Amino acid sequence: MHSDRAPLGLKIAAFAGLAFLHAPIVLIFIYAFTTEDRTYQWPPPGLTLQWFGVTWNRPDVWQALGLSVRVATVSTLVALILGTLCAAAVSRARFFGREAVSLLVILPIALPGIITGIALRSAFNLGDISFSTITIVLGHATFCIVVVYNNAVARFRRLSGSMLEASADLGADGFQTFRHIVVPNIATALLAGGMLAFALSFDEVIVTTFTAGQQQTLPIWMLEELVRPRQRPVTNVVAMVVVIVTFLPILAAYYLTRGGSETAGGDK
Amino acid sequence: MTGGQHLTARISDAFWRHPRLLLAVLLTPPLIWLGVIYIGSLLALLVQSFFSIDEFSGLINYQFTLKTYAELLRPSNFDIILRTTLMAASVTIVAAVIAFPIAYYAARYAKGRMKAFFYLGVMLPLWSSYLVKVYAWKLILAKEGILNWAVDGVGASAALNAVLALPVIGGSSLSVSYIGTFLVFLYVWLPFMILPMQAALERVPVNLLEASGDLGGRPSQTLRHVILPLALPGIIAGSIFTFSLTLGDYIIPQIVGSSRRFIGQAVYAHQGTAGNIPLAAAFAVVPIVIMAIYLWVAKRKGAFDAL
Repeated sequence: MHSDRAPLGLKIAAFAGLAFLHAPIVLIFIYAFTTEDRTYQWPPPGLTLQWFGVTWNRPDVWQALGLSVRVATVSTLVALILGTLCAAAVSRARFFGREAVSLLVILPIALPGIITGIALRSAFNLGDISFSTITIVLGHATFCIVVVYNNAVARFRRLSGSMLEASADLGADGFQTFRHIVVPNIATALLAGGMLAFALSFDEVIVTTFTAGQQQTLPIWMLEELVRPRQRPVTNVVAMVVVIVTFLPILAAYYLTRGGSETAGGDK
Repeated sequence: MTGGQHLTARISDAFWRHPRLLLAVLLTPPLIWLGVIYIGSLLALLVQSFFSIDEFSGLINYQFTLKTYAELLRPSNFDIILRTTLMAASVTIVAAVIAFPIAYYAARYAKGRMKAFFYLGVMLPLWSSYLVKVYAWKLILAKEGILNWAVDGVGASAALNAVLALPVIGGSSLSVSYIGTFLVFLYVWLPFMILPMQAALERVPVNLLEASGDLGGRPSQTLRHVILPLALPGIIAGSIFTFSLTLGDYIIPQIVGSSRRFIGQAVYAHQGTAGNIPLAAAFAVVPIVIMAIYLWVAKRKGAFDAL
């Protein structure tokens, strides 16, 4: 009855589903080479490389990219520190409010992004805080904590208490144990979590529209092109580059956490 | 022993003797960040929803009132809430139907390299840029785009036009109809349904399926009475994502869809040009309440064990 061969219908449905997930992304790659610059015409009338050069010489794209990278870097660092601290506390002890802490960490991505966005915006309004790179980071770091936290918690759970005790028995103090036992054990999980946090921040647009003011991150630049298309070929190229740039950290994070009980990225 | 080593040793000892102290040191920074910045902002939002806007001056009247919430019940606003909830529900249901074969095949039949292939096959679209995915659909649904081209190619334009002629869900073209909005939502959130579903299906013991078969259950019966009930927590966990994400999104319906608004768009419009922060805040509370109810039900069904 239940052999190891999948029923044909199931197999077709599964692969068709995967194809559905990937076809639009493949399309982005093709459009980056089209010679058509006024419409979204399919099939492309011809293929060209010229838009890559045009995009390369666009200062507004570079500026948006620069801001996105700065924001993502700072947010990732903040999220790494706060997420690891939280994970260490939650995994090493049972205490009153432990559930509440994990809920608090998850809340910023469990609630729709627009709520985080408008909440921050109204708080900035009340506090008379003007928009800057810092206001963007405040929002991004908040929802990035959870990806670091999830990766770190899973790894802390595997780090057995007997290793820490052995270290203490051999005369190491808490800081030495931390440096020589804890850090090497959680390093790859943190690296994976950090890369996912970076990808998450790099791509975020909903919260950012509320916290950026007049500044343009790369997703905001894309959003404006989506609402009012002005330079379709440049947008096509930027879209393709963004796909490639986000694929790399995901693949790296996958290989870093492979084989463990946890795998990174299961919870965006 | 130098003074520095002395100090670290003493701190280390203190942490060892007082685990609570270490816990406090670990938890204080993240709790300050999340508690002050995040919860503080959420409270600020909540407070503003109890203010109202003066209709004549357009200024915010800082006095406690439920007037703003009452405004949500006006037909034009209530329609927005209803429309968004219906969209979220239909996206969730169809996503579950499409996700199931992928999740089931990946969990039960895919082995080794095929398993990794399926895992990355879901993970890469999940993580690739949200806006790029929306943009891809703008390309697909455009009048001169690939979908119309394919429909023309197989000679099904008449069928497509008949569907677009339907009231409410139709429109002058796919990119300005609810069908278009629905397709994009479905595409963008589908991976969020597959992953928790697969995690739940991985935990269904194979011997239960064999037992069901031995007892004479046909595959369809095994599916209904054994697999689905055991996979339910995963399905609910996935539905939390698809439901919540659809409720709060304001970019997809703005780019692909008709001019009729969704909750996210209403929030955005009211806080922006209209400057009606209280009404925007009240609108933002709606998805929070809907999700709170949803999460409460999900928790009772054991969905969080599958996260």
